[in-house]
Amino acid sequence: MKLDIVIAGVGGQGSVLASRVIAQAAMAAGWEVRTTETIGMAQREGSVVSHVRIGSQLYGALVPDQQADILFGLELAETARALMKLKPGGVIIANQGKVVPASVSLGLSHYAEEPIRESLYQKTKRVMLVDADALAMEAGNSKTVNVVLLGVLSALAGLPFRRDDLLQVILESVPKKAVAMNQEAFERGRKIGVTFHDRK
Amino acid sequence: MEKRLLMGNEAIAWGAVEAGVAVAAAYPGTPSSEVLETLSHLAPEYGFHAEWSVNEKVALEVASGAAYTGARALAAMKQVGLNVAADPLMSLAYIGIKGGLVLVVADDPGPHSSQTEQDSRKFAAFAKLPVFDPSSPQEAKEMVKAAFVLSEEFHLPVILRPTTRTAHMAQDVAMETANLPARDYRFEKDPKWVIFPSLSYKKHILLNQAQKDLAEKFSHSPFNHLVLNPESSEGIVASGVSYNYVMEACETLGIHPSILKIGTPYPLPSQPVLDLFAHCARILVVEEQEPVVEDQLIQMAWKEEAKIEVSGKQDGRVPREGELNVDKVIAIIKAFLRQREPKDLAQPPHAWVQSTLGTMETTEAASAVEAAHEHSFELPPLPLRTPVLCAGCPHRASFYAFKEVGRRQDAVFTGDIGCYTLGTIPPLDMLDTCLCMGAGVTQAIGMSKVEPGRKHVAFIGDSTFFHSGIPGMINAVYNQADITIVILDNRTTAMTGHQPHPGLERTATGPNPKAIDIQGIVKACGVEFVREVDPYDLKAMKEAAREAMVYKGTAVVIAKRECVALVKPEVKYVVDPKACTGCELCLKKLGCPAMAKDKTLVVIQDNCSGCGICSQICPQKAIQGVSR
Repeated sequence: MKLDIVIAGVGGQGSVLASRVIAQAAMAAGWEVRTTETIGMAQREGSVVSHVRIGSQLYGALVPDQQADILFGLELAETARALMKLKPGGVIIANQGKVVPASVSLGLSHYAEEPIRESLYQKTKRVMLVDADALAMEAGNSKTVNVVLLGVLSALAGLPFRRDDLLQVILESVPKKAVAMNQEAFERGRKIGVTFHDRK
Repeated sequence: MEKRLLMGNEAIAWGAVEAGVAVAAAYPGTPSSEVLETLSHLAPEYGFHAEWSVNEKVALEVASGAAYTGARALAAMKQVGLNVAADPLMSLAYIGIKGGLVLVVADDPGPHSSQTEQDSRKFAAFAKLPVFDPSSPQEAKEMVKAAFVLSEEFHLPVILRPTTRTAHMAQDVAMETANLPARDYRFEKDPKWVIFPSLSYKKHILLNQAQKDLAEKFSHSPFNHLVLNPESSEGIVASGVSYNYVMEACETLGIHPSILKIGTPYPLPSQPVLDLFAHCARILVVEEQEPVVEDQLIQMAWKEEAKIEVSGKQDGRVPREGELNVDKVIAIIKAFLRQREPKDLAQPPHAWVQSTLGTMETTEAASAVEAAHEHSFELPPLPLRTPVLCAGCPHRASFYAFKEVGRRQDAVFTGDIGCYTLGTIPPLDMLDTCLCMGAGVTQAIGMSKVEPGRKHVAFIGDSTFFHSGIPGMINAVYNQADITIVILDNRTTAMTGHQPHPGLERTATGPNPKAIDIQGIVKACGVEFVREVDPYDLKAMKEAAREAMVYKGTAVVIAKRECVALVKPEVKYVVDPKACTGCELCLKKLGCPAMAKDKTLVVIQDNCSGCGICSQICPQKAIQGVSR
């Protein structure tokens, strides 16, 4: 067994937390894990790509191009930016929400939402694009986008870790007062995830 | 055995705790900061001293002082930090130590967040000190413990050199028992601790002798291992994290060359290399940065008169710049195999698959990877996402004020190392220079001496000021430089993860009752023009900028306001759509990531942290604060 997941997002969206949570759930199931990040020189707002590898007899943490089984995207354009990591026929679980960078407001670049969204479907048929921003707000905080998407992930069949382990690790790694909210975010994501599963 | 998910730097910290470290000192720098970050959390429980030192030279000297007494000590820094600590390091190699002294230096090939891609293994060879090169967090933890033992055996500091990809890789790591430091360390007086030239000469002989002994010792180290394939006449040597890429590349390509993993790149262990020579006709050396292993291997081949073809950096096969990864290593290995016999060069590109040697054939998997790459697919244009100063960052306000005041004067704005280096990005376009820690102030002095009619303004952060800005400021006063120094005091070391510094009320492990007042230092150094201003008060900031730049002599403006990442905003700003004329002045001048355009009007998003600079520059007074 070997599972490679690439997580793409913007600094401050919690992609590092998501990678650690997945890795810990996999460790609880007895697998070896590796995670790492490629991160820009800023506290916030830059592109962040996290790599998670699960299996036995692992070496480095960086997922080679065209090897990721799952592309987990917290932001639309960042998901597209990491598409070269996804293997043919791989799964995309992503937020359709955008974080528009300052360069767009300044007229230095353009956020072509429709072509970007299209590119995901061109790459693979297995796309689970959800409005994680809205689900996170419904759960009580826009910052739970990562947990909503982890909920969507948990609905995938054949993961090498248990859904309950994943949820438990999440709840252990958030502040006490945010536990209920994160559980809610996870469940909302999971429900949406199951509908994708049914369609397939 | 308990396993934990640990980042390489955390594993290094735990290795030190398992080795019974008594003193740990560091100055933060990506990718090394989490070593002391972790140790500072563990120090109270395990009874050792952990400190953020004011700079890397200080950190290494503090650690070496402890090691003189017989205690185990660790110093941690990034590669450019070792430049600052080079002075004590070079002499420590001669003088030696008593307790184990481990110097963790994290290198940053890429570079991801550094000024250089310098290779600290080369620094180790220059200082004639042994160096470990971990390939994973688990190995890094084991190496720290081995490094302490080796340091005490040879009475030399030992360097542990992770690269970014090991320092910032997390893995399931097996935990072992922590050891508390002893309490009976004592410095024994002895002339051997005083580095006179006559002693240096004698010590140098011993140090040179130790090189051979270390190479011999490393021949039996578990961190170097050779897996020979008697069927293959080709071998790959990999140092540190490159080993992972080589193993995965060989797996993908389905090939089985002999593989020598090197965990101690200097001095290169002789025995496994000689064993490899005995079996191979061609050797590929894969390592990041400089050809440290490769050059030693070539020397050894020449000395042994071994008839071996060595490929790597010297023949341009492996790049010296940037970080390696599996994809790059696959391409490198393929090219290496393709050239194994001159006749193969004339054949079509994939002919090497059917090579007569037969032992390194590729599999279907490799062909699949190749096919996939050929069908790489076209992405639509994506928005540019360069790192920017956070919404509400006080540095933005300081830069904006000085830009407004200085732009008509053709002023030069020298910069330094920290988040504020991002001030160079449009639309602020501030900071005309950035070299190394502390150089903003001193380069402004140099410029001012040859451009007397021009204004020179040096920006430096609070932590950088303590690190190496103070000598530069004293130099400015002493040598009567007509410059303005702006200390961007955001009350933290922001870029590396908010470590404390001597100006704050906390240390690495607890409260600091004697926080050092920056204004007091500036005045004590003889600066007569000093203004402390809140950069969120744009009018006052511009006024201070104007006065400082008119002032003849060294002027200091302290822009004091806590980093936005550390405070919870109480207000946010909103644009009144009736009053906004869509002039976009706020957008175009500030480049704040909270501001966006919605059709013709400007809107402020939820990441606004309430600095209010936009409302202060809006010509229509269309932006107002509301409580959150």
